[in-house]
Amino acid sequence: MTSLHFPQPAPLPPEPLTRSPEAALSDLVFTRGAKLLMVLFLVVGLALPLMTMLGKVVDVQNGLAGVWQLLSSSRFLWLLGNSVKVSLSTVALVVPAAYVFAYALQRSRIPGKALLRSLSLLPLMAPSMLSAIALIYLFGNQGLLKSWFPDGIYGYSGIVLGQAFYNFPMALMILISALGLADARLYDASISMGANHWKTFINVTWPGTRYAVFTASCLVFTQTITNFGIPVVIGGDYQVLAMEAYKSVVGQQKFSEGALIGSILLVPALISFAVDAWMRRLRGSQVSSQAAAYVTPTNRSRDTVLLLVAGVIGLALLSLVVVAVGASLINFWPYDLTVSLRHYDFESNGDVGWLAYRNSLLLASLTAAIGTPIIFTCAYLMEKTRSGWLDNLLRLLCMLPMAVPGLVMGLGYVFFFNHPANPLNGLYGGIALMVVCCVMRFLTPAQMTATTALRQLNEEIESASLSLKVPLLTTYWRVTLPICLPALLEVFRYLFVSSMTSVSALIFLYSPDTILAAVAVLNLDDAGNIGGAAALSTLILLTSALASLVLYMLSRGLLRHTQHWRTGHA
Amino acid sequence: MASTIAQLSTVPLSVQGIGKSFGKLSVLDDVSLEVKAGELVCLLGPSGCGKTTLLRIIAGLEKQDIGRLMIGPKDISRAHPQERDYGILFQSYALFPNLTIAQNIGYGLSTRRLLHSQVRERVQEMLELVGLSAMASKYPGQLSGGQQQRVGLARALAPSPSLLLLDEPMSALDAKVREHLRYELRSLQRKLGITTIMVTHDQDEAMVMADRIAVMNQGRIEQFDTPENIYRSPTTPFVANFIGHANWLDYQSLSNGQAHLGAVSLNLDKVTMGGPGRLFCRPEALRIDNHPQGSNSMAAQVIEKLFLGNRYRLTVELDQLRGQPLVAEISADLNGAPIDAERVWLTFPSHCLRAFPGAVR
Repeated sequence: MTSLHFPQPAPLPPEPLTRSPEAALSDLVFTRGAKLLMVLFLVVGLALPLMTMLGKVVDVQNGLAGVWQLLSSSRFLWLLGNSVKVSLSTVALVVPAAYVFAYALQRSRIPGKALLRSLSLLPLMAPSMLSAIALIYLFGNQGLLKSWFPDGIYGYSGIVLGQAFYNFPMALMILISALGLADARLYDASISMGANHWKTFINVTWPGTRYAVFTASCLVFTQTITNFGIPVVIGGDYQVLAMEAYKSVVGQQKFSEGALIGSILLVPALISFAVDAWMRRLRGSQVSSQAAAYVTPTNRSRDTVLLLVAGVIGLALLSLVVVAVGASLINFWPYDLTVSLRHYDFESNGDVGWLAYRNSLLLASLTAAIGTPIIFTCAYLMEKTRSGWLDNLLRLLCMLPMAVPGLVMGLGYVFFFNHPANPLNGLYGGIALMVVCCVMRFLTPAQMTATTALRQLNEEIESASLSLKVPLLTTYWRVTLPICLPALLEVFRYLFVSSMTSVSALIFLYSPDTILAAVAVLNLDDAGNIGGAAALSTLILLTSALASLVLYMLSRGLLRHTQHWRTGHA
Repeated sequence: MASTIAQLSTVPLSVQGIGKSFGKLSVLDDVSLEVKAGELVCLLGPSGCGKTTLLRIIAGLEKQDIGRLMIGPKDISRAHPQERDYGILFQSYALFPNLTIAQNIGYGLSTRRLLHSQVRERVQEMLELVGLSAMASKYPGQLSGGQQQRVGLARALAPSPSLLLLDEPMSALDAKVREHLRYELRSLQRKLGITTIMVTHDQDEAMVMADRIAVMNQGRIEQFDTPENIYRSPTTPFVANFIGHANWLDYQSLSNGQAHLGAVSLNLDKVTMGGPGRLFCRPEALRIDNHPQGSNSMAAQVIEKLFLGNRYRLTVELDQLRGQPLVAEISADLNGAPIDAERVWLTFPSHCLRAFPGAVR
């Protein structure tokens, strides 16, 4: 045997084994160092651009008078009115629909929940313009169902419908998680006191979910008011603030006007963010630890109604996607309905479709590959280690991306990185800066996913690591990450899909060589090539869906593969 | 094979004037403790008394506001946990669920400059020590609670620490397993001779396992002594109440070696003078007879009588001290004279009585 060749192991000397000053040093470098780097990253990638944009609001030449002149102009008030009207209408349409849909998924016994859930995610897989393109095919000048909108789809109704489609999944996700929390004891109490279903809903379900309704409404409002992709495609003469900000910076080089409108668009986001944070603190934990799991009782008539409504919503979501995908495959709508791949032949039309698609793939892959470890490690360090004031600063900075709309972030990047005096100016127009922008933009939700997964781990894993004198980084790598791999994949998926479909911030950052697919969709549509826009949107949709599917399968396989140690240790 | 285990160095631990507060809440207040080499000391107290915080401070997982810690001759007051020479078994064991039992045990050796064969040998040795050799390639989730505890222990001991810390090691186990593992853990600790601090809120556990017990209350050590002394001669009313059962009688004054309780005077061994206070006596120290027995013997009425198998628990009331029921526990040995009467004589052996002057209820 080989053991014969080795000398008998000497008794382990206790001194060097049970003490490890090197491990202590490496921990300090890991925790402090990574946190400081993260602060630096967030300051350069978010705080400074934002401040630069706010600094540009007051024009050097016209001063405050210029600000006032713009704000009081009839054109500005018209734009503001349109924006608010569109956003409020979208909230009124989306939030009730999403509530019923979420209720059907969480509080009923209808069949086909998995299918409905997958359908509801479809809008997230494509750029926001996809819905507007589909609406034009359906109800536009040459639309199949043109007669449904006698006044034309271009304008208010088109924007609201498009926004509703795009915002539906975001509102839905908030409401699903709120309706998932239910304390059966409250329902038992209500029923035992003789309350009927409606009364129980008003007294138990609604109070438990109204905060989520508010949060969802705020999110939809701020998303809608800052989105310009949909109005650009389907708005026609009906213009909104977000479009104006985009046009004044990109088209007319009126920077202070863009900065001013960007700052105004920041206001609803900041207000809703602050109110949301305040309410969160006010109400504390909604469900006590003694809560009993709520089991949905059987109720045929309730389920029939819910299935009908959810089915109609699901069908509507699906049909817009089907129309966009279908239209991209049709030779010449509506005159020649033969199937053709003509619209996918971007090169011969002199369009940048395939270059843009390749760039988008690269951007999405890089964002996911770089963003996932950064965001996950940041969440880990914030959740499991303590560094005093640094933690508070970092926590604040990490919440900021949530409050800054993409359009505003994009404007900030233009003003900050495109400034000739900025040493990072060379990054402008390159893919690297776009990756930074994407990581920033999607940081907060990704970090929340990571934090949720990390909170499920035994709290003493880090203490055990310390007591065994093993550097924290080793334990992070050998224990924490393997356990959290499913959450890691989810973060990766989220970053990939979001970067693939995003337009709002990136449209300010590309150069001819680094044009992105979602941006090219907008440009193709602008150039009147709606078939090409539909084709490119379809490509983005398929890529996102495929990536999601692959990662989902990977996660499933991984869970099965690690079943032997996951049992009993969630 | 057992060579390395025998060579564990035994060192004393010295805790000097440790203070700690979280915000305005003071958790530890001037706590001092001298633990001898090879000794097992239990930190015993109700929840919130600061015992776990003290253990975490010794481990370096919390920082004390004030005070000094010494392991052997070394001052570790400000040392990082990784510069301290100890192993710890956590309440939840904190095993790494994705690593096998062998990998868990070898975890603290993995980053050392050791040969693979050395690590493997040491892991094997530890597996044998805790009797889990057959489980080496299983995962923690596949083991019972008691087995997981032993893995946690083996992992803590693998790098040969000179101090072992145990944080409520039994609390996650079933009552039956717990009893058995007390003895096992205790004999293992004796075998290794490693200085050990154990936190527990279970007085039976502390009694069975500890060489000495530090009874803690509200961030202070009330008494630090052997289990016998803690039980027989509690120095504070808190310790008297917290450990075992206690009888209390109010007295108005002490003089001439006697405590005066209204119409009654009881002889004490320790002669003191003073004002009002309370007398303490264990239930099993009281004697119950059918006839008076020398001094401190008084007529009493039996109110309640419970049969507990090996003993009776009687609730009695002295004729001269109505309204102050006392509990007495007497042997249910068949050879002894049976106590059937409702009228009995209750005797307070003077050496079992302790006076706590000024103690309030």
